[in-house]
Amino acid sequence: MTDTLTPVLTANWADDRAWTLSAYAEQGGYDALDVALGMSPEEVQTTVKDSGLRGRGGAGFPTGVKWGFLPPPDPENPKPRYLVVNADESEPGTCKDIPLMMASPHTLVEGVIISSYAIRAERAFIYVRGEVLHVIRRLRAAVREAYEAGHLGTDIHGSGYDLELVVHAGAGAYICGEETALLDSLEGRRGQPRLRPPFPAVAGLYASPTVINNAESIASVPAIVKNGADWFAGMGTEKSAGFGIFSLSGHVKKPGQYEAPLGITLRELIDLAGGVREGHELKFWTPGGSSTPLFTDEHLDVPLDFEGVQAAGSMLGTRALQIFDDSVCVVRAVLRWTEFYKHESCGKCTPCREGTWWLVQVLERLEKGDGEPGDLDLLLDQCDNILGRSFCALGDGATSPITSSIKYFRDEYLAHLEHGGCPFDARKSTAWADPVVEPVETTPEEAVAHD
Amino acid sequence: MSLAPETYDELREIAGRYPQARSGLLPMLHLVQSVEGRVTPEGIEACASVLGLTAAEVSGVATFYTMYKRHPVGTHHVGVCTNTLCAVMGGDEIFACLREKLEVGNDETTADGKITLEHIECNAACDYAPVVMVNWEFFDNQTPESASQLVDDLREGREVVASRGAKITSWREAERVLAGFEDGLVDEGSAAGPASVVGLELARERGWAAPGDTRGSVEVPQQMPEAVEEADTSRAESETIAEEASDD
Ligand SMILES: Cc1cc2nc3c(=O)[nH]c(=O)nc-3n(C[C@H](O)[C@H](O)[C@H](O)COP(=O)(O)O)c2cc1C
Ligand code: SF4
Ligand code: FES
Repeated sequence: MTDTLTPVLTANWADDRAWTLSAYAEQGGYDALDVALGMSPEEVQTTVKDSGLRGRGGAGFPTGVKWGFLPPPDPENPKPRYLVVNADESEPGTCKDIPLMMASPHTLVEGVIISSYAIRAERAFIYVRGEVLHVIRRLRAAVREAYEAGHLGTDIHGSGYDLELVVHAGAGAYICGEETALLDSLEGRRGQPRLRPPFPAVAGLYASPTVINNAESIASVPAIVKNGADWFAGMGTEKSAGFGIFSLSGHVKKPGQYEAPLGITLRELIDLAGGVREGHELKFWTPGGSSTPLFTDEHLDVPLDFEGVQAAGSMLGTRALQIFDDSVCVVRAVLRWTEFYKHESCGKCTPCREGTWWLVQVLERLEKGDGEPGDLDLLLDQCDNILGRSFCALGDGATSPITSSIKYFRDEYLAHLEHGGCPFDARKSTAWADPVVEPVETTPEEAVAHD
Repeated sequence: MSLAPETYDELREIAGRYPQARSGLLPMLHLVQSVEGRVTPEGIEACASVLGLTAAEVSGVATFYTMYKRHPVGTHHVGVCTNTLCAVMGGDEIFACLREKLEVGNDETTADGKITLEHIECNAACDYAPVVMVNWEFFDNQTPESASQLVDDLREGREVVASRGAKITSWREAERVLAGFEDGLVDEGSAAGPASVVGLELARERGWAAPGDTRGSVEVPQQMPEAVEEADTSRAESETIAEEASDD
């Protein structure tokens, strides 16, 4: 059977100077590109489709199927086609693409070249959030090195295939992770979602056929092409194939990145992470970032694949497992996320723009103990008016922490009213509150010693 | 004062990277900030004239994004993550401590012009919570004491090195990199911090690897009928859960 952890994307992260072309090439980097260029673009597409790879950016749409939605090239009216990589990574809790691009930007660059070839794009963009300076340095250097080595530019590896790749830094807006808002932003506009249809596959960047994929999705492509569709499909579960990076954060002893076949459980992951913080118990967690309904200790054995998490009432999302122990007030946590959605609402539609404002008002007074029991129903009613009525999934996501926390922790909301404020001591949740928690030191010297 | 001709050249250079020039607007505004210390009316005019847009159009874009600042930013930008996970792990305490120490409110600059303090949203580093960013470089696993020392060092002009990144330059120099001009610091720092490789190290320790991975300690044959069995078991499990879920 497949091992519990399966480092593929993370396999070279501890290598010496892993971000350089020479280090990447030494462990077989850009071999997959030759394999791909030896195939027809359609064959590469079929391989990715057969592998069962599903989007790693949250929604889990089958990647090969998405590529197949591009209209066939029309010789009469040749429109350019684009590949756009979504490296905006801003969903609270999500922290996998950033370390990937920091440690091994060439994995993504190789994925971009193969994927662009598969969809016959001659230009590609990596849209990376602006708030990650060193990651942007690493990406730009990787692209420069790839050009110098002939992996990018004209007549790549003598195949006759040409590709230009631009690294584009954003400027701070969570909504630009939403794929159509990202396109508007990449066109130099305010990042607001577009009406669909037309879908990006038909009219995306500059109204041309465009594929948008998450950075981890694209970074998975070289390994699939190199090892074959069956190899990938042999890992994970039937409908959720392959491996993915699971990001554990918060109250576990060893937070960090764990790359495992889809279908692993939180119980297994927490065990690998050394358990929950000493002297405390798991209280609630997000399976896929703050926009996915909260889970509790009841859900420790839910298989973390798309179907398993959905059947249990949430979403696999980005495998952003934020772990909160019994020292944490769920109302405080939910209020903070709600303030985030209010701040990040792009303002295009009323349910989200006005709704998130109201949600914060009501949650604030509840948290202060100034509210009344009827406020819980008011909150649920407000969520009802946002969910499914918003223009994009940001509005829907804003309701997830609220409805799920009221479902599992209604009494805790009420306790704020009885107590006349928050009954928890926030100081007990901090990383330094409990001497038993092992602080992870990250001086550069130590990180180098890790290699 | 209008911008120098060299800056105009660089703005045009950025616009030239794209099939349609307007796509360059975000990086162009980053360049304006690196030259001007903020998004100035002159900077907006310059972008507008290079792209053939109105100043109002450029301004409308600039105000949408939180990284663009209308007021002068200090030598260094210090961002404290106060999104839920970091807040709970101590980010709230760190932010309160720095606000008091620096005697500034959110998004304000110290009297000496050295530091602009801001609370920021999740910066994709939750496994290193609580996180502080200096000029968008990572300072991991901070405490009120370490963050306090950090801002002291920045104010005194002592050398400061990111946890995962390079030595700190300045906010303006960082903005230039975001605009697309390399600064030669790419090879500083590590490939990954400790939390990024916990899973990898555990896998190495226990001899776990993806099938056929010759880098893992244990060789696993390519074809594994058990994998199918495993998938079946997991599916059965998820179906059981689905049934249970629909029962209530
Ligand atoms: C508010 C919002 C933010 C999003 N942020 C991201 C993001 O940062 N990165 C990402 O890959 N997808 C994000 N998505 C999902 C994208 O819209 C899109 O589904 C994804 O990039 C498709 O890639 P995939 O099929 O490879 O997963 C976001 C969606 C919404 C609604
Ligand atoms: S749901 Fe929110 S973010 Fe999405 S379009 Fe409406 S206002 Fe904008
Ligand atoms: S919550 Fe602070 S980095 Fe994610």
